Amino acid sequence: MIITNIEQIPNKEIVEHFGVVSGSTVRAKHVGRDIMAGLKNVFGGELVGYTELLSESRDEAIERMTAQAESMGANAILNIRFSTSSVAAGAAELYVYGTAVRVN
Amino acid sequence: MIDIAIFATLLILGYIFGTFSEKKHYKSIIEREEKFKNLPTIMLKKPLNPNEIKESKLVNGSVVISIDFFKKFVASLINIFGGNVTVYETLIDRARREAILRMKEDGSTASEIINIRIETSSISQNSKSIGSIEVLAYGTAIYR
Repeated sequence: MIITNIEQIPNKEIVEHFGVVSGSTVRAKHVGRDIMAGLKNVFGGELVGYTELLSESRDEAIERMTAQAESMGANAILNIRFSTSSVAAGAAELYVYGTAVRVN
Repeated sequence: MIDIAIFATLLILGYIFGTFSEKKHYKSIIEREEKFKNLPTIMLKKPLNPNEIKESKLVNGSVVISIDFFKKFVASLINIFGGNVTVYETLIDRARREAILRMKEDGSTASEIINIRIETSSISQNSKSIGSIEVLAYGTAIYR
């Protein structure tokens, strides 16, 4: 599976379009991390726990999108975009979408 | 009285640790930017010389940075009179540069990274404050 955020795959020809595929996850962090983040809000600096959490959930969203594209018979996803929105206090939604295609 | 003492302690702690971590962070950002000087990052969608390209791959980098108590206090003061909130400007600048650097580390063997997008979102405990911000940078790494 080739994933890019440009509109073509260099040196390859698109033979079939499957339309939009997407994946999303909603994650909340556990209380311990929240307390640590509360402390960090006093001292400043990077919130390593949150960074890890968000990149893990982003990878999972990509996996879900990939699974959807595979079930359609695609072998590449083009022009993908990420978006993040906070649903409620302490939970974030990570959304990723792109166009599934088949290339030769 | 105790309230004021706690407030002052938090303010001083925030100032000392916040300034220290910001200086340290800027130092490491500048060092690593120097290291990745030769890896071009381009906003163009179309790669140059597409015939030579062997592989293309999505790369990304993200970071969550928190504000400190002192900055929050200064920002709320500036909010009364208006003007440039410089304490937030450096915070967001640091987060963006760090995210781009992590993206470059993800694709460190590439010959260039094209079509870069940067996204910023604020993560907060309560909806009123900035609290902490997340920056995500992503692009397509081109291998020749």
